[in-house]
Amino acid sequence: MSSLRAKRPRPLSPNIQIYRPQLTSVLSIVNRITGVVLSASAVVLVVWLIAAASGPEAYAAAQGAITSWIGESVLFGCTFALFLHLCGGIRHLVWDTVHGFELGSIYASGWAVVAASLVLTVAAWALSLALAG
Amino acid sequence: MDRLPTRSPLARAIGLGSAKEGVEHWWVERVSAVALVPLTLWFVASIIGHTYSDYATFIVWLGTPINTILMILLQVALFRHTALGLQVVIEDYVHSGAKFAVLVTMRLGCFSLAIAGIIATLRIAFGG
Repeated sequence: MSSLRAKRPRPLSPNIQIYRPQLTSVLSIVNRITGVVLSASAVVLVVWLIAAASGPEAYAAAQGAITSWIGESVLFGCTFALFLHLCGGIRHLVWDTVHGFELGSIYASGWAVVAASLVLTVAAWALSLALAG
Repeated sequence: MDRLPTRSPLARAIGLGSAKEGVEHWWVERVSAVALVPLTLWFVASIIGHTYSDYATFIVWLGTPINTILMILLQVALFRHTALGLQVVIEDYVHSGAKFAVLVTMRLGCFSLAIAGIIATLRIAFGG
């Protein structure tokens, strides 16, 4: 009896197929996805440092890959992921102090995370391009 | 009816829960997160400052004591935080027998990458 019941597939909760995405749920999964993306970026950081430690030729090869059209596109995405995770992380640290759980505050801080991440990403790249002249 | 305690008095006194780790995972994730706020901002600002710097300029910059120290601290906090974060992701989505192997591989990978990155930084600093 119990084994038969266990074999029947049970609906999973939350049933994401019928749930309308909301800022709260989207930012929740975005924090996790950006964390995984940044883990992959951390591998690139180490490869880049090893290349720099290996000598000018290895460093030039690494820089060549990073500053290529594809490399810079990926790096732009990583920058946005970094700022989303950073701002989302600060939002989580505030929540850890048991503040900002009212529905209005949740949405205000959520949109603030989105806005701050966009502004910081664009500012970082604008500054970088301006300095490169 | 009074609720019967499900945990022994000793377990309650030690306070480490069923995983025997207490709040270690949660706490270290927060401490490393706080450390990463200034460290990542320093890193991004430095990378912006070094857009299209040549090899010699970059090596001299990373070789100064403050930058060597910050780069090592960044990697310590980064890989500690990464290992804790990926652990939760793996525990949530990998349910097969591979879970243990994936967790161990991830943990060893994070440790190895941290060591590799720190040694590379030290080699640059000491001109190895």
